[in-house]
Amino acid sequence: MVCLLLAGGAGFAQPPQINPDNVQLTMAPVQGNVYLLMGDGGNITVQVGKDGVMLVDTGFAPLAPKAMAEIRKLSAGPIRWIVNTHVHTDHTGGNAEMAKLGMTHESIGPPRIVAQSNVLNRMSGPQPADQPKIPEAAWPNDEYFVPSKDFFFNGEAVVVYHVPNAHTDGDSIVFFRRSDVLSTGDVFTPGSYPIIDLARGGSLQGEIDALNRIIDITVPAKYQEGGTMVIPGHGRLCDEADVVEYRNMLTVIRDRFQDMIHRGMTLEQIRAAKPTLDYDGQYGATTGFWTTDMFIEAVYKSLSEKTVSEKK
Amino acid sequence: MRHLPRRRTAHSFLLAVLVASPVFAQVDFTGEWAPLYHEDGPERLPGPELGDYTELPINAAARMAGDTYDADRISVVPEYQCRPHGGDYSMRGLGNLRIWRDIDPTSEKLVAFHTHLLAWDSERTVWMDGRPHPPEWAPHTWQGFSTGVWEGNMLTITTTHLKTNYMRRNGIPRSDKAVFTEHWTRHGDYLTVVTVIEDPVYLTEPLVRSDNWYLDPGQNIGVFGCEYAPEVPRPEGTVPNHLPGKNPFLHEFAGWYGLPYEATRGGAETLYPEYQKKIAGEYHPPDHCERYCKCTTLFDCTLNSK
Repeated sequence: MVCLLLAGGAGFAQPPQINPDNVQLTMAPVQGNVYLLMGDGGNITVQVGKDGVMLVDTGFAPLAPKAMAEIRKLSAGPIRWIVNTHVHTDHTGGNAEMAKLGMTHESIGPPRIVAQSNVLNRMSGPQPADQPKIPEAAWPNDEYFVPSKDFFFNGEAVVVYHVPNAHTDGDSIVFFRRSDVLSTGDVFTPGSYPIIDLARGGSLQGEIDALNRIIDITVPAKYQEGGTMVIPGHGRLCDEADVVEYRNMLTVIRDRFQDMIHRGMTLEQIRAAKPTLDYDGQYGATTGFWTTDMFIEAVYKSLSEKTVSEKK
Repeated sequence: MRHLPRRRTAHSFLLAVLVASPVFAQVDFTGEWAPLYHEDGPERLPGPELGDYTELPINAAARMAGDTYDADRISVVPEYQCRPHGGDYSMRGLGNLRIWRDIDPTSEKLVAFHTHLLAWDSERTVWMDGRPHPPEWAPHTWQGFSTGVWEGNMLTITTTHLKTNYMRRNGIPRSDKAVFTEHWTRHGDYLTVVTVIEDPVYLTEPLVRSDNWYLDPGQNIGVFGCEYAPEVPRPEGTVPNHLPGKNPFLHEFAGWYGLPYEATRGGAETLYPEYQKKIAGEYHPPDHCERYCKCTTLFDCTLNSK
């Protein structure tokens, strides 16, 4: 299930009906101090050590107690840091509950919830009429607006980089420098085409730029394998080579769409030309939340807007 | 009377040995192996011709990937410069092979075979101890995760968890959803490896390939080594590709070999003998062999070899 809650804005922030009893969570060691917690919703990155617990994203709200139980198998320490990679509720839904459950007698206050400032703006701003207001306890309380933010925790440097206008306009990727693990959020989802949330400032070129940034940061071990491990927003554990394939796919698709747009083809004509055919079996879907048709439309709109602005 | 107990003891000892001997390794593949290139030499040594999709049961998606592939990619994309063959391609060579095995010293049971290939120093483990394949979330690797079982004297290996790579080195891809099965058979000093690739993304039927090796105890496998380095100034993130319908090289292969273009496009239909009847009269081979006329080793397999 990829970023269930998007679709042009309206249904985006509304969590799906989830019965925690039906969800199997798996905690997998990555390397160094870092673990990957997987289940329904976005991946949660867990870093543990003598200082306590740090999370990258918090999953869906109903799963928070179950996720916390898994985290407690690794550490009894307090959650001190949470980083939200972006605004979508399959990554931020558990903020308030995890912050509460993560408090221990060692806590000196609620955890810092770090996010790029656009995430705070969207979570604290007006919500669509059919959706509840997001409680303040779930909002980021440590937002940043500069290109990056860093801090030291559990014996390693943690660097949070903003990658602009990619999946959304508030995306962050998080690098655990000593563990050599990069958590990407939904700018990288190896099992599906990326969701380009145009309504929230996402763009195809931003996606590609973000993936190139990830490739800049990661360093493979022998013969392009291993080394820096990459935790995607959804899906399996990866490394740089997997990101390279994904970046290549989006770059090739961009080149094709740009050519067709410059030749004056309409969206329907482009769709009929099947410009993503060679990648559809790997990343596409005909049903579900994010279909190939929706991806094609998002790419077209994203690049068309750019073409218009270029003409100006 | 005295001899009876002794005879009984001998029988008991023999029985104990037989019972204790684990059923494993009907064949030992351990050794240094040199590749034979009598099959598919031009594809495996200098590399395939662009647009040659013959013998591949590919679908339209794979064909589109091949048609839009620009071979500049392997030099312009730095991360491709040291990218090794996938596990399903490794046995095609290039380079020599070493196989060794792990035996559990307590039980004398076979735990694993290991392979080392010259190309990219690729190493692979074939687990023989019955362990399961990793969960879905586990990282994928170039060589994948392999387990083996004996089928008589044949070793059958199943490999999953592969990274995306190439089916053929002219842009025909193999996805990370593929699974491949190998059958290793030893005939004296010869090793035959039959590989069956199933790829739900790019194949409509399994792709079957075979490769042969001969025992070469005196060989020395050198160090491959690879360090990637940008060689051509290009904007960051450049991924060379041809736009659909704009690749000027796709018809060359058909022209060089006198094949009808459609026959070079691959697909399951083209693999079977009946297809020869379909293209009868359209195949006009050149009067004289003009390309890769001799191709048995790395040294003689050149474009103008006679």
